[in-house]
Amino acid sequence: MNLGSGQGSMSTASSSGAWKAGDVVPDQFPAGLRVLVVDDDPTCLMILEKMLRTCLYEVTKCNRAETALSLLRGNKSGFDIVISDVHMPDMDGFKLLEHIGLEMDLPVIMMSADDGKHVVMKGVTHGACDYLIKPVRIEALKNIWQHVVRKRKNEWKDLEQSGSVEDGDRQQKPSEDVDYSSSANEGNWKNSKRRKDEEDDAEERDDTSTLKKPRVVWSVELHQQFVAAVNQLGIDKAVPKKILELMNVPGLTRENVASHLQKYRLYLRRLSGVSQHQSGLNNSFMGPQDATFGPISSLNGLDLQTLAVAGQLPAQSLATLQAAGLGRSTGKSGLPMPLVDQRNLFSFEAPKFRYGEGQQQQQQLSNSSKQMNLLHGIPTTMEPKQLATLRQSAQSFGSINMQVNAHGNDSSSLLMQMAQPHSRAQILNETTGNHVSRITSSMGQPVLSNGIAGGLLTRNVIVENGRGAGFNPVSQGPSVVEFPMNHTAELPGNSFPLGTNPGISSIQSKGLLEEVSSEIKGSRGFVSSYDIFNELHQPKSQDWELQNVGLTFNASQHANSIPGNLGVSPSVLVHQVFSSGQKSGQNMNTPVVSKAMFSVGAGSEHGNTHNISQHLNTLVDSSLRVKTEKILDPSCEITPFPEHYVQEDLMSALLKQQEGIGPVEGEFDFDGYPMDNIPV
Amino acid sequence: MERTQQHRQVAHMRQSLFDQGLLDEQFVQLEELQDDANPNFVEEVVTLFYRDSARLVLNIDQALDKSPLDFSKLDSYMHQFKGSASSIGAKKVKSECTLFREYCKAGNGEGCMKTFQQLKKDYAVLRKKLETYFQVIFHSLLFDKDGEN
Repeated sequence: MNLGSGQGSMSTASSSGAWKAGDVVPDQFPAGLRVLVVDDDPTCLMILEKMLRTCLYEVTKCNRAETALSLLRGNKSGFDIVISDVHMPDMDGFKLLEHIGLEMDLPVIMMSADDGKHVVMKGVTHGACDYLIKPVRIEALKNIWQHVVRKRKNEWKDLEQSGSVEDGDRQQKPSEDVDYSSSANEGNWKNSKRRKDEEDDAEERDDTSTLKKPRVVWSVELHQQFVAAVNQLGIDKAVPKKILELMNVPGLTRENVASHLQKYRLYLRRLSGVSQHQSGLNNSFMGPQDATFGPISSLNGLDLQTLAVAGQLPAQSLATLQAAGLGRSTGKSGLPMPLVDQRNLFSFEAPKFRYGEGQQQQQQLSNSSKQMNLLHGIPTTMEPKQLATLRQSAQSFGSINMQVNAHGNDSSSLLMQMAQPHSRAQILNETTGNHVSRITSSMGQPVLSNGIAGGLLTRNVIVENGRGAGFNPVSQGPSVVEFPMNHTAELPGNSFPLGTNPGISSIQSKGLLEEVSSEIKGSRGFVSSYDIFNELHQPKSQDWELQNVGLTFNASQHANSIPGNLGVSPSVLVHQVFSSGQKSGQNMNTPVVSKAMFSVGAGSEHGNTHNISQHLNTLVDSSLRVKTEKILDPSCEITPFPEHYVQEDLMSALLKQQEGIGPVEGEFDFDGYPMDNIPV
Repeated sequence: MERTQQHRQVAHMRQSLFDQGLLDEQFVQLEELQDDANPNFVEEVVTLFYRDSARLVLNIDQALDKSPLDFSKLDSYMHQFKGSASSIGAKKVKSECTLFREYCKAGNGEGCMKTFQQLKKDYAVLRKKLETYFQVIFHSLLFDKDGEN
């Protein structure tokens, strides 16, 4: 009689909280793995839940795909893996799979009673990491943790391959690997890794012949060339062969271009898709922003001007810029704008930062606009740092981030972005402090930090970010968090090592470049983050803690709060948070940010933040962003900046980060940061 | 001893369910999930299955009444039903689901109807037997408690 024999008392609750960053002992892995299971069949759901609990996993169940998505969006780093049924009434399981892959980049296991070959194949092509045939046995569930680990590993590899991973990152990685339970860690580099992983996957899919092709590092410059070529041809007409010819880069193959183009297209698509959802966000802004790829270099100059002229970029100027960008960019409507803007920002930022002038401008921008907005425009590519930077400076940063991230380059595009987001930010800011979190550009947030940091530092300089120790830079915006988040200490639970991650900085510099290119790819995630921001925005409660979680890279939690993109240098973020002196306000941002990041990073972030600290992960989740952020990311978590972001502070914070100047600890007034320290 | 007898009775019943091909390995999985935290897990799951699948059965019945038959819809319903049934280890019912789906694919309306009638019978028989089974278990547990002192 099996009655009562069962498994003995399975502690179903044992898994709960097992994955808190830093809390869990590696030995416990995979216990505590946070699983989200989606199935419309209540019987199956009940059984699965029980089975997973028996495996000591932390289970959340839902019977509708929409619910699952909102759960995931609301808590980007809240889950490690998703198990979903194929046939569901409200949404096709594969569609959900796509969403998750794009927005959160979590491993997804499909299951179905249907074992037909074509269905299983569909799972494979849609990116499911496994396919289970119902009825599911507990043995099959016991090993699902392997997918989580594998994904992280791949992300790491991606990071390394792209060369963005610095030793610091490496060091973190090993620890990360061991510390399975720390979701924060995972989140950090996971994001970036995810993104990379995605990229890799995409590449692999492109070239089915070779599973592992030698990766081409899409540096910022290379990507810019690519974008320029694409825009010249027209996004619709851009074919790899022609792009290759236009780019005229020796050693680049058509396949490289083709796979990059695919990613780019995906990114654009997401951007435009995201811009639609953004509520309250200036869609137009968003859209364009995403297009960080805007080839309009001339805009950069424009932005600068704009930036210079008015501390705050009036919406008009931004619009103008965007329009200009649009004009230049490909025929794609809506897309060009963001592209341009972003690029511009990026380029702008760089010079601006360098000279410290940018800072002022940024500050001005930031002042005017709440950070939130800034992020909006930031395309996914925005390095988290950049985003972070933006955040801080509020508007200005947002733009910067956008740009920065997008480009990942230290170019002035950042500035441009700043200008643009600025207006946007304004718009966004209106929404309330939450907007900051809104920074749809969540990407931008990290971008800010990155962008700013990047801008200032320029690629090479980025390395300096060391301050940003939090940078996960490369990989994720969240890493930024690490940075000088000394302040974060204030944040509950935020243990951002901001500025303390020296290792990170090194990585950052490298990663930055790489990141940038990867960032672009990450832009995909960006789009999603946008949504997330919106969503995040809502929950923003004052609980800083929650948000901080994301920010505080300690984040035991997953990068929820800080989307990888947040590249915003943590210091900046911190400043913001602190400057506002209100956690609550900031919390708002955080969550938003993190959320946004999540979406953006869609996994790209995961990997990135790895280095900085787990916390960063949360931020950095937007690995895409992280890349660029690396430079700046010093913990640029997108701290929920309350209305008063002092741009200067941000800038200074960023700069400081870059320079390695003492972290912003405790002093949230950015003013203290000498601009001239910027190691431009 | 009473307890032993009760246990034997339970074991016997259980075995016959398997022998008759009504239950399969999946049912054992459910049993193994049962523990102190969920001492009535199997019964709960089975109850949930019958409650939830009732509506599916109704849907299929209604769909079979329509003319012409919508095979893809029927197939879809049956796919769901099959998934549920297989999750509790209802072996016979599951195989009938498979047969039904094959008839659907072949567009054989009559085959579908006949199979479904049989399926409903088996579905009901299984329910009855499982109810009895759980009662016997419950009963035996009473004996256990009494006997423990």
